[in-house]
Amino acid sequence: MVPPEAGGRVRAMADRATFADQAMGLMPSLYAAALRMTRNPADAEDLVQETYLRAYRGFGGFEEGTNLKAWLYRILTNTYINTYRARKRRPEETELDEVEDLYLYRRIGGLEAAMAGRSAEDELLDRFTDAEVKEALESLSENFRMAVLLADVEGFSYKEIADILDIPIGTVMSRLHRGRKALQKRLYEFAVERNLTAPRTG
Amino acid sequence: MTPMSDCQDALHELYGFLDGELTEERKAAIRQHLDECQPCAEPYDFEAELREVVRRKCQEQVPEALMTKVRAALASEAARLRD
Repeated sequence: MVPPEAGGRVRAMADRATFADQAMGLMPSLYAAALRMTRNPADAEDLVQETYLRAYRGFGGFEEGTNLKAWLYRILTNTYINTYRARKRRPEETELDEVEDLYLYRRIGGLEAAMAGRSAEDELLDRFTDAEVKEALESLSENFRMAVLLADVEGFSYKEIADILDIPIGTVMSRLHRGRKALQKRLYEFAVERNLTAPRTG
Repeated sequence: MTPMSDCQDALHELYGFLDGELTEERKAAIRQHLDECQPCAEPYDFEAELREVVRRKCQEQVPEALMTKVRAALASEAARLRD
Protein backbone atom coordinates (compact mmCIF):
# COMPACT_ATOMS: atom_id res chain seq x y z
CA MET A 1 0.00 0.00 0.00
CA VAL A 2 1.21 3.50 -0.81
CA PRO A 3 1.73 5.59 2.30
CA PRO A 4 -0.94 8.32 2.42
CA GLU A 5 1.66 11.04 2.27
CA ALA A 6 3.32 9.73 -0.89
CA GLY A 7 -0.08 9.08 -2.44
CA GLY A 8 -1.05 12.66 -1.82
CA ARG A 9 2.17 13.84 -3.36
CA VAL A 10 1.68 11.73 -6.49
CA ARG A 11 -1.85 13.03 -6.82
CA ALA A 12 -0.61 16.60 -6.39
CA MET A 13 1.90 16.12 -9.21
CA ALA A 14 -0.79 14.65 -11.47
CA ASP A 15 -3.19 17.47 -10.64
CA ARG A 16 -0.49 19.98 -11.34
CA ALA A 17 0.24 18.44 -14.75
CA THR A 18 -3.48 18.41 -15.64
CA PHE A 19 -3.78 21.96 -14.45
CA ALA A 20 -0.82 23.06 -16.57
CA ASP A 21 -2.35 21.40 -19.65
CA GLN A 22 -5.66 23.17 -19.18
CA ALA A 23 -4.00 26.48 -18.40
CA MET A 24 -1.81 26.33 -21.52
CA GLY A 25 -4.93 26.30 -23.68
CA LEU A 26 -5.92 29.68 -22.26
CA MET A 27 -2.69 31.38 -23.27
CA PRO A 28 -4.04 33.18 -26.37
CA SER A 29 -6.54 35.13 -24.32
CA LEU A 30 -4.12 35.74 -21.44
CA TYR A 31 -1.46 36.96 -23.87
CA ALA A 32 -3.94 39.28 -25.60
CA ALA A 33 -4.99 40.69 -22.22
CA ALA A 34 -1.35 41.09 -21.19
CA LEU A 35 -0.69 43.06 -24.38
CA ARG A 36 -3.62 45.40 -23.72
CA MET A 37 -2.40 45.89 -20.15
CA THR A 38 1.30 46.45 -20.79
CA ARG A 39 0.97 47.82 -24.35
CA ASN A 40 4.31 46.25 -25.11
CA PRO A 41 5.07 42.72 -26.43
CA ALA A 42 8.21 42.15 -24.36
CA ASP A 43 6.47 43.11 -21.11
CA ALA A 44 3.40 41.09 -22.13
CA GLU A 45 5.52 37.96 -22.61
CA ASP A 46 7.20 38.42 -19.24
CA LEU A 47 3.84 39.01 -17.61
CA VAL A 48 2.34 35.84 -19.11
CA GLN A 49 5.32 33.72 -18.11
CA GLU A 50 5.26 35.07 -14.56
CA THR A 51 1.51 34.42 -14.37
CA TYR A 52 1.92 30.78 -15.38
CA LEU A 53 4.73 30.26 -12.89
CA ARG A 54 2.73 31.79 -10.06
CA ALA A 55 -0.33 29.79 -11.01
CA TYR A 56 1.69 26.59 -11.17
CA ARG A 57 3.21 27.18 -7.75
CA GLY A 58 -0.04 28.28 -6.21
CA PHE A 59 -2.44 25.93 -7.90
CA GLY A 60 -3.33 24.49 -4.48
CA GLY A 61 -5.27 27.72 -4.02
CA PHE A 62 -7.39 26.87 -7.03
CA GLU A 63 -10.64 25.11 -6.15
CA GLU A 64 -11.53 22.31 -8.53
CA GLY A 65 -14.76 23.04 -10.36
CA THR A 66 -14.40 26.83 -10.16
CA ASN A 67 -13.51 28.99 -13.11
CA LEU A 68 -9.89 28.37 -14.08
CA LYS A 69 -9.84 31.25 -16.55
CA ALA A 70 -11.08 33.74 -13.95
CA TRP A 71 -8.51 32.45 -11.46
CA LEU A 72 -5.69 32.89 -13.99
CA TYR A 73 -6.90 36.40 -14.82
CA ARG A 74 -6.82 37.28 -11.17
CA ILE A 75 -3.17 36.21 -11.00
CA LEU A 76 -2.43 38.02 -14.26
CA THR A 77 -4.05 41.19 -12.98
CA ASN A 78 -2.32 41.10 -9.60
CA THR A 79 1.04 40.40 -11.21
CA TYR A 80 0.49 43.27 -13.61
CA ILE A 81 -0.51 45.66 -10.85
CA ASN A 82 2.41 44.71 -8.64
CA THR A 83 5.00 44.76 -11.39
CA TYR A 84 3.99 47.38 -13.90
CA ARG A 85 1.37 49.73 -12.61
CA ALA A 86 3.60 51.84 -10.42
CA ARG A 87 5.83 52.46 -13.40
CA LYS A 88 3.20 53.54 -15.86
CA ARG A 89 0.49 55.41 -14.07
CA ARG A 90 -1.82 57.35 -16.32
CA PRO A 91 -4.17 60.18 -15.43
CA GLU A 92 -7.87 59.41 -15.04
CA GLU A 93 -10.08 60.65 -17.82
CA THR A 94 -11.94 63.70 -16.67
CA GLU A 95 -13.93 64.88 -19.67
CA LEU A 96 -16.17 61.84 -19.91
CA ASP A 97 -19.13 63.40 -18.17
CA GLU A 98 -19.95 65.23 -21.38
CA VAL A 99 -19.95 62.01 -23.37
CA GLU A 100 -23.53 60.82 -23.66
CA ASP A 101 -24.72 57.23 -23.79
CA LEU A 102 -24.74 55.57 -27.22
CA TYR A 103 -22.10 58.09 -28.28
CA LEU A 104 -20.95 56.23 -31.37
CA TYR A 105 -24.41 55.06 -32.39
CA ARG A 106 -25.73 58.62 -32.28
CA ARG A 107 -22.93 59.73 -34.57
CA ILE A 108 -22.59 56.96 -37.07
CA GLY A 109 -25.80 54.99 -36.55
CA GLY A 110 -27.76 57.50 -38.60
CA LEU A 111 -25.24 57.49 -41.43
CA GLU A 112 -25.51 53.76 -41.57
CA ALA A 113 -29.23 53.92 -41.82
CA ALA A 114 -28.74 56.17 -44.84
CA MET A 115 -26.45 53.63 -46.45
CA ALA A 116 -28.13 51.05 -48.59
CA GLY A 117 -28.38 47.47 -47.41
CA ARG A 118 -29.36 45.84 -44.16
CA SER A 119 -25.83 45.05 -43.04
CA ALA A 120 -24.36 48.48 -43.75
CA GLU A 121 -23.85 49.01 -40.03
CA ASP A 122 -21.90 45.78 -39.61
CA GLU A 123 -19.78 46.75 -42.54
CA LEU A 124 -19.04 50.21 -41.23
CA LEU A 125 -17.92 48.99 -37.81
CA ASP A 126 -15.87 46.34 -39.53
CA ARG A 127 -13.92 49.03 -41.35
CA PHE A 128 -12.05 49.84 -38.14
CA THR A 129 -8.72 48.04 -38.36
CA ASP A 130 -7.50 45.66 -35.67
CA ALA A 131 -4.78 48.19 -34.84
CA GLU A 132 -7.31 51.00 -34.35
CA VAL A 133 -9.52 48.95 -32.05
CA LYS A 134 -6.52 47.81 -30.01
CA GLU A 135 -5.18 51.35 -29.83
CA ALA A 136 -8.57 52.71 -28.79
CA LEU A 137 -8.77 50.20 -25.96
CA GLU A 138 -5.18 50.81 -24.93
CA SER A 139 -5.79 54.58 -24.83
CA LEU A 140 -8.18 54.19 -21.89
CA SER A 141 -6.95 54.91 -18.41
CA GLU A 142 -6.06 51.74 -16.59
CA ASN A 143 -9.19 51.21 -14.49
CA PHE A 144 -11.47 51.67 -17.47
CA ARG A 145 -9.26 49.60 -19.74
CA MET A 146 -9.22 46.61 -17.40
CA ALA A 147 -12.99 46.65 -16.92
CA VAL A 148 -13.75 46.92 -20.64
CA LEU A 149 -11.15 44.30 -21.53
CA LEU A 150 -12.52 41.79 -19.03
CA ALA A 151 -16.16 42.37 -20.01
CA ASP A 152 -16.15 43.10 -23.72
CA VAL A 153 -13.16 41.13 -24.94
CA GLU A 154 -13.12 38.25 -22.45
CA GLY A 155 -16.82 38.05 -21.62
CA PHE A 156 -16.49 37.81 -17.84
CA SER A 157 -19.57 38.52 -15.72
CA TYR A 158 -19.74 41.53 -13.38
CA LYS A 159 -19.23 39.18 -10.44
CA GLU A 160 -16.16 37.58 -12.01
CA ILE A 161 -14.68 40.99 -12.82
CA ALA A 162 -15.33 42.12 -9.25
CA ASP A 163 -13.43 39.05 -7.99
CA ILE A 164 -10.59 39.45 -10.48
CA LEU A 165 -10.05 43.14 -9.74
CA ASP A 166 -11.03 42.87 -6.09
CA ILE A 167 -13.53 45.73 -6.29
CA PRO A 168 -17.29 45.93 -5.57
CA ILE A 169 -19.76 45.08 -8.36
CA GLY A 170 -21.06 48.65 -8.35
CA THR A 171 -17.55 49.87 -9.13
CA VAL A 172 -17.28 47.34 -11.97
CA MET A 173 -20.49 48.70 -13.47
CA SER A 174 -19.48 52.32 -13.20
CA ARG A 175 -16.01 51.68 -14.67
CA LEU A 176 -17.59 49.74 -17.51
CA HIS A 177 -20.07 52.50 -18.18
CA ARG A 178 -17.41 55.19 -18.33
CA GLY A 179 -14.85 52.99 -20.02
CA ARG A 180 -17.23 52.12 -22.84
CA LYS A 181 -17.98 55.79 -23.39
CA ALA A 182 -14.27 56.54 -23.55
CA LEU A 183 -13.73 53.68 -26.01
CA GLN A 184 -16.53 54.93 -28.25
CA LYS A 185 -15.17 58.45 -28.14
CA ARG A 186 -11.74 57.26 -29.25
CA LEU A 187 -13.20 55.08 -32.00
CA TYR A 188 -15.20 58.01 -33.26
CA GLU A 189 -12.01 60.08 -33.47
CA PHE A 190 -10.48 57.35 -35.62
CA ALA A 191 -13.60 57.27 -37.77
CA VAL A 192 -13.39 61.02 -38.34
CA GLU A 193 -9.63 60.97 -39.00
CA ARG A 194 -10.03 58.30 -41.61
CA ASN A 195 -13.18 59.77 -43.06
CA LEU A 196 -15.11 56.58 -42.29
CA THR A 197 -18.11 58.67 -41.37
CA ALA A 198 -18.65 59.81 -44.92
CA PRO A 199 -21.05 57.65 -46.89
CA ARG A 200 -19.16 55.48 -49.35
CA THR A 201 -19.50 56.35 -52.98
CA GLY A 202 -19.26 53.63 -55.60
CA MET B 1 -47.55 52.14 -30.11
CA THR B 2 -45.18 51.17 -27.28
CA PRO B 3 -45.34 53.15 -24.06
CA MET B 4 -42.46 55.61 -23.65
CA SER B 5 -41.47 54.06 -20.32
CA ASP B 6 -40.80 50.71 -22.04
CA CYS B 7 -38.34 52.45 -24.34
CA GLN B 8 -36.65 54.19 -21.43
CA ASP B 9 -36.38 50.90 -19.54
CA ALA B 10 -35.02 49.14 -22.61
CA LEU B 11 -32.27 51.71 -23.16
CA HIS B 12 -31.49 51.88 -19.46
CA GLU B 13 -31.00 48.11 -19.38
CA LEU B 14 -29.12 47.84 -22.66
CA TYR B 15 -25.73 46.98 -21.17
CA GLY B 16 -27.23 44.74 -18.51
CA PHE B 17 -28.95 42.85 -21.30
CA LEU B 18 -25.88 42.60 -23.53
CA ASP B 19 -23.73 41.68 -20.53
CA GLY B 20 -26.08 38.81 -19.67
CA GLU B 21 -26.76 40.31 -16.25
CA LEU B 22 -30.56 40.53 -16.32
CA THR B 23 -33.03 38.04 -14.89
CA GLU B 24 -34.80 35.74 -17.37
CA GLU B 25 -37.96 37.72 -16.79
CA ARG B 26 -36.37 41.06 -17.68
CA LYS B 27 -34.60 39.54 -20.66
CA ALA B 28 -37.88 38.21 -22.00
CA ALA B 29 -39.60 41.54 -21.45
CA ILE B 30 -36.85 43.38 -23.31
CA ARG B 31 -36.77 40.88 -26.17
CA GLN B 32 -40.48 41.34 -26.59
CA HIS B 33 -40.12 45.12 -26.57
CA LEU B 34 -37.33 45.01 -29.15
CA ASP B 35 -39.47 42.86 -31.44
CA GLU B 36 -42.10 45.57 -31.39
CA CYS B 37 -39.95 48.70 -31.32
CA GLN B 38 -37.49 49.36 -34.15
CA PRO B 39 -36.09 52.61 -32.64
CA CYS B 40 -34.92 50.59 -29.61
CA ALA B 41 -33.80 47.55 -31.60
CA GLU B 42 -31.38 49.64 -33.67
CA PRO B 43 -29.08 50.79 -30.87
CA TYR B 44 -29.21 47.28 -29.38
CA ASP B 45 -28.04 45.79 -32.66
CA PHE B 46 -25.40 48.47 -33.02
CA GLU B 47 -23.98 47.96 -29.53
CA ALA B 48 -24.03 44.16 -29.91
CA GLU B 49 -22.18 44.42 -33.22
CA LEU B 50 -19.67 46.88 -31.79
CA ARG B 51 -18.98 44.49 -28.93
CA GLU B 52 -18.40 41.66 -31.38
CA VAL B 53 -16.09 43.81 -33.52
CA VAL B 54 -14.04 44.86 -30.48
CA ARG B 55 -13.76 41.26 -29.26
CA ARG B 56 -12.77 39.92 -32.66
CA LYS B 57 -10.24 42.63 -33.44
CA CYS B 58 -8.45 42.32 -30.11
CA GLN B 59 -7.42 38.67 -30.60
CA GLU B 60 -3.72 37.83 -30.68
CA GLN B 61 -1.57 35.00 -31.94
CA VAL B 62 0.69 33.66 -29.19
CA PRO B 63 4.32 33.75 -30.33
CA GLU B 64 5.68 30.20 -30.61
CA ALA B 65 8.69 31.29 -28.58
CA LEU B 66 6.48 32.28 -25.66
CA MET B 67 4.75 28.88 -25.63
CA THR B 68 8.15 27.21 -25.58
CA LYS B 69 9.45 29.49 -22.85
CA VAL B 70 6.46 28.91 -20.59
CA ARG B 71 6.56 25.12 -21.11
CA ALA B 72 10.25 25.11 -20.22
CA ALA B 73 9.67 27.29 -17.16
CA LEU B 74 6.92 24.98 -15.91
CA ALA B 75 9.00 21.88 -16.57
CA SER B 76 11.91 23.23 -14.61
CA GLU B 77 9.54 24.28 -11.83
CA ALA B 78 8.12 20.71 -11.81
CA ALA B 79 11.64 19.30 -11.53
CA ARG B 80 12.42 21.71 -8.70
CA LEU B 81 9.27 20.70 -6.81
CA ARG B 82 10.08 16.98 -7.23
CA ASP B 83 13.49 17.35 -5.59
